[in-house]
Amino acid sequence: MNERASVVELRKVSKEFGRGHVRALEDIDLEVRPGEFISLIGPSGCGKSTLLRIVGDLIQPSGGEVVVNGKTARQARIDRDYGIVFQDAVLFDWRTVEKNIALPLETLRWDRTKRSERVQELVDLVELKGFEKHHPWQLSGGMQQRVSIARALSFRPPLLLMDEPFGALDEMTRERLNLELLRIWQQSGSTVVFVTHSIAEAVFLSTHVVVMSPRPGRIVGTVDVDLAQPRGFETREEPRFAELVREVRRLLRTGGGFEVEEPEDEERFIVAEEGL
Amino acid sequence: MATVAAQQPREPRWRSAAGQLGMMAAVFVALYALWEGFKWVGERTGLQIGAFVVDDKTFPHIHVIVGQLFEPSRRNGPLLIDVLWDAALFTAKEAAVGFALGASIGFVLGVGLAHSRLAQRSLLPYIVASQTIPILAIAPMVVVWMGGRGFPDWFSVSVIAAYLTFFPVTINTLRGLTSVDPRSLELMRSYAASPLQILWKLRLPASLPYLFAAFKISATACVVGAIIGELPASVQDGLGGAILNFNQYYSTTPENLWATNLVAAALGIVFFLVIVIVERIVVRRAPEHVA
Amino acid sequence: MSTTVVEPIPRGTLGARVGRSLWDWFPAVVVFVAGIALWEGLVRGLDVQNFLLPPPSDIARTLWTERDTLWGAAWFTFQEAVGGWVLGCSAGILAAMLFARWPPLAAALLPFAIAANAVPIIAFAPITNNWFGALNQTSKMVIAAVLCFFPVLINTIRGLTSVRPQQIELMRSYAAGQLTVFRRVRFPNALPFIFTGLKVATVLAMIGAIVGDYFGGSQDALGIQIRRQAGVFAFTEAWAAIVAASILGILFYVAVAAVERLTMGWLPSTGGPAE
Repeated sequence: MNERASVVELRKVSKEFGRGHVRALEDIDLEVRPGEFISLIGPSGCGKSTLLRIVGDLIQPSGGEVVVNGKTARQARIDRDYGIVFQDAVLFDWRTVEKNIALPLETLRWDRTKRSERVQELVDLVELKGFEKHHPWQLSGGMQQRVSIARALSFRPPLLLMDEPFGALDEMTRERLNLELLRIWQQSGSTVVFVTHSIAEAVFLSTHVVVMSPRPGRIVGTVDVDLAQPRGFETREEPRFAELVREVRRLLRTGGGFEVEEPEDEERFIVAEEGL
Repeated sequence: MATVAAQQPREPRWRSAAGQLGMMAAVFVALYALWEGFKWVGERTGLQIGAFVVDDKTFPHIHVIVGQLFEPSRRNGPLLIDVLWDAALFTAKEAAVGFALGASIGFVLGVGLAHSRLAQRSLLPYIVASQTIPILAIAPMVVVWMGGRGFPDWFSVSVIAAYLTFFPVTINTLRGLTSVDPRSLELMRSYAASPLQILWKLRLPASLPYLFAAFKISATACVVGAIIGELPASVQDGLGGAILNFNQYYSTTPENLWATNLVAAALGIVFFLVIVIVERIVVRRAPEHVA
Repeated sequence: MSTTVVEPIPRGTLGARVGRSLWDWFPAVVVFVAGIALWEGLVRGLDVQNFLLPPPSDIARTLWTERDTLWGAAWFTFQEAVGGWVLGCSAGILAAMLFARWPPLAAALLPFAIAANAVPIIAFAPITNNWFGALNQTSKMVIAAVLCFFPVLINTIRGLTSVRPQQIELMRSYAAGQLTVFRRVRFPNALPFIFTGLKVATVLAMIGAIVGDYFGGSQDALGIQIRRQAGVFAFTEAWAAIVAASILGILFYVAVAAVERLTMGWLPSTGGPAE
């Protein structure tokens, strides 16, 4: 197997909200090796977004150990070891496309020429040539999400965290961006942790699909995806693809993943401060 | 490409500008007709509301008011419009200094409050209460106090104008800085951005529409503050002084007071428009997001 | 920032909620007490001339000894403010409803209402004095009313016209008439906006009444009291009058805010739209 150290290593990670009232995650063990494309899949409330945020040091785990790139999650964040993409593009609408992409580079204090060179590369990579001077509101949802991917890749992080990045897009745009993401992943050679609740998307993109169950969030099992690379439109038609989809679905069912949907646990306990 | 820029087809600039001008003309004509119509009907019917009767003294013809601007302000004196022009410039100076002062203080206060919930809870009630204190009431004290420290009287007036200016800026700075999308903050956190970087690159630009909304209110407030502040400060050179002066001669030449108020109104609108124009230049973002 | 993750709070006993809101106000009370003490201490300690900044104890004493004149004057002025507020706010809301009947007209007129709001209206106080008589309460009510009119007009138009199109479409699907759409959708949608305007107007009405007095008014009015006292350097009396005016102004504002809270219990926060 792989000789190099793992990019993400989670041991016995747990997370509780509201002083133990809600156990969002329990006993999570996960290892992500360099170059892998890992999907976290599960029904709403299984804590997959929470897990991603713990890896990114955006929230703290209640217990367990998180190692990212051989360091603590906090150190990894400070060293800019990961780029993150949210479900919404979260672009700053007072900035143009190129300035949005350059934002992380500005926080890193890259100089202007280096910055604009890198932005040009990225604009080419995500195929947004000609739109550099546009503002986010002038772009379609798919284009906005490409800007946010370019922004996440800008400082060449070894790890890419993606939280349902294509969840808000229509099916056609989504399939196109799936292909583009695979191309980008292969070109950049980075490692991806990808949260989704589309089974087909998970199977199509990943090298491994990690299936989670809700209440408390746990890992039910992992499906290794042995579909040939590079994948294309025809991959979805292969018999093996259908088999893998069935396997993921079976794991989801054993984990109780097909129960009635409930809102994400985080959302249920977000109370506007003014409301108190 | 499958995805196309969802750019809205926008109306050509000139057409909307022409529409605005046409609308403006229509509104002016309507106001003129309302005024003169009310005067005509009121005079015919002998309309009386309390002590109010419609006549040339209470309701001068608009052309008389405007014409008065080009008459001498007193026997052998300069034209009224020259007198009022100087007064307007003087008041504008007071108001502009007051605006700069008040907006800066208001902004710093807002930033401070935004970063401390304790400060919000302990100070915000008093900042709100401060505006219920009638400024006119504190104006004499301010003038005496500042005068005693060697400040010119017009600067005391500016301080009074600043008192009215700072409040909307503080409230909206606080609102703008705290209204930032929590995911944008998460994004900045993922870049390990410093608090200063977050302020400059995220909070401040995100709150610009709020800030300008406040500046628009403050632009009017500082003119009001300057005019009102001149009254107890006994500053004679500005529009407030002119109003007080012409008020005494209202029974003989009401047109002078009306004309002065016309100029005061114009000054308020000019201040407002300056902010609107600066906003157009500075705030470039989705049209529907401009507060 | 604006949201925090907290445990679900049981709606709780009344006692717990009162305790919580007391705790929320605690820092403000501390600042108040400390501020008064500091003021008193500084004025006495540094021996500031009394006519500039009298110590709070003197002001409080004057508020009591002069209570008849002061509160009489404050009440007189308060009547002017409330009268003007009622007049201006009803006119503003009615005019807005009239304009909003034809949304394109309302949209076209809105910029002009906003521009009119930029006019220093208070400068017209001498004119209303001349119209209705300076000694008359009506003249102050009218200027206060004009001051209140524009913010209420602007906010109401905004509220009535900023309805989500889907909500209107939904009502259409129920075959609801114009009046029903107004009652069920437009008006409830506009309420937070209207209350924002009404709250701003309380402060403006007080300013209108007091400044209106300043250009000439009855001896019974607060503005005249302040002016006269300040004129003879009786600053303790002037400050006492200011405090009286502020207390009434705050009560006025709080009363409207309380009505807002009662009317709009369904809103998660009573922040309302931007002012």
